[in-house]
Amino acid sequence: MTEEVLRRMEKVLPAGAIQEVQENGARVLSPEFLLEAGRYLRDEEGFDYLSNLSGVDWIERGYFEVVYHLYAMRRGERLVRGEAPDGPLGPLVLKVRAPREDPRVPSVSAIWPSALWQERETYDMLGIRFEGHPDLRRIYLWDEFEGHPLRKDYRPEEG
Amino acid sequence: MTQEEILSTPLEVEELETETVPLNVGPQHPSTHGVFRMVVKLQGETVVDLDPVLGYLHRCQEKLAEGHTYLQSIPYTDRLDYVCAMTNNHPYVMAVEKLAGIEVPRRAECIRVIMDELTRIMNHALLVGFLLNDMGAWLTPVQYGLREREKILDLFEMASGSRMMCNYMRFGGVARDLPDDFLPLLQKVVDDFPGFIDEYERLLTTNEILMSRCKYVGILPPDRAIAYGVTGPVLRASGVAYDIRKVDRYSLYGELDFDIPVGTVGDTYDRYLVRIYEMRQSIRILRQAIERLKETPPGDIQSKVPKTLRPPAGEAYARIESPKGELGFYIISDGGEKPYRWRVRAPSFVNLTPLAEMCRGHKVADLIIIFGSIDITMAEVDR
Repeated sequence: MTEEVLRRMEKVLPAGAIQEVQENGARVLSPEFLLEAGRYLRDEEGFDYLSNLSGVDWIERGYFEVVYHLYAMRRGERLVRGEAPDGPLGPLVLKVRAPREDPRVPSVSAIWPSALWQERETYDMLGIRFEGHPDLRRIYLWDEFEGHPLRKDYRPEEG
Repeated sequence: MTQEEILSTPLEVEELETETVPLNVGPQHPSTHGVFRMVVKLQGETVVDLDPVLGYLHRCQEKLAEGHTYLQSIPYTDRLDYVCAMTNNHPYVMAVEKLAGIEVPRRAECIRVIMDELTRIMNHALLVGFLLNDMGAWLTPVQYGLREREKILDLFEMASGSRMMCNYMRFGGVARDLPDDFLPLLQKVVDDFPGFIDEYERLLTTNEILMSRCKYVGILPPDRAIAYGVTGPVLRASGVAYDIRKVDRYSLYGELDFDIPVGTVGDTYDRYLVRIYEMRQSIRILRQAIERLKETPPGDIQSKVPKTLRPPAGEAYARIESPKGELGFYIISDGGEKPYRWRVRAPSFVNLTPLAEMCRGHKVADLIIIFGSIDITMAEVDR
């Protein structure tokens, strides 16, 4: 069912916005279309809840990936209240990639404010800059800390 | 002027503007439930803005897990939210089972549901006690919660050998079967617990002090709660009936009969009430789970899983309704014996995001209560 939603999303987006369709149905988007896709999914398809935002360092492939797990919370609520939900509940997985040199990804915090802290965390741990984030600071480590520990080439014994 | 004239003249006092004062709360503060610090901007007694400072308990658990095998990481999950070790094991083993395609025997699912609901009851009983702590009823109400928690910890100790760091669930089941004297004791806890909730409610639910401190304090409207990704009792207190047990129907929950209590206002009082009602629902679930457990053959608690697990390359996200909200694990495997990425979606962390919005305009003393009513464990926030 989430597959149909993603197909509709693909039609709304310009050609070439989807870089890859993965085995599990996850879509890899070009970063410049992330916000458009996000707004469409939230406003037209009811995916109002960004549950999990995480970053992955694919060092051998030369890029970072930011992964978004989305759910339709209002629709899930209807199910809990005993009504039939009018569409898929999730999860729906989006990914964007950024080069390991100077990684930048648009911030989705204006669409789903639950990204506010999770983006700060991903920035802190992986050094991915979220452009348009209102307050992109480290969240766990202190400001003077050098390096980003979740990067695969980070050596804790040297840090 | 005569005295009468003076008394009848309305006072004209211009609103007094004072400079905003920054106040540092924590990290060492009895009511912050761990090492949590916030820098609060005050206008007199009123909170104008608030900036949480996290990381005092940061261990970079996600990095640690990348250096351990899948199995070795189970004890680490205990230490995320150390109040609820059992519910921390559950989504992690679920994620790895999804990744490696492992089946779970029915008896193990029954045991998992029992452990999850016991954890929920324990967590809520404790939280209500600590909420009263935050209001200044120092340590007496929390003793009631601790007393009941002891009985549940005894059960955990019987099953797993440890009271708090249970390390009980395994890929494909649970570590060992329940001992013979477990079920009678569990039955006693289930039978006695409603009496304890009644006792708690008699003391608290219509208590004038509790009501005046909690009603209309820290309101979180439903739309804001969804936008901020808030889950668990805090979300339901705001009136959104979203519960992963009902939505995902994982484990046994699809076949069990229980209700999802929701609040109407979304204030601290609703957050208190929702937890009380959830404890009652958990007792209902426990009764049904015990019946189902009795129908399963003893000893059938784990499916065959290789000693060194190497899940095929791929990824899996699994989530459960933990006592604090949506606890999820996002695991990426590259086919090796250690995970490539090990991500925890911690409810305590995400639920804190709207804290500043909830506290603005309230007094300093309310801030502590609002924070307490969100229910967090710093070990899970900081990881």
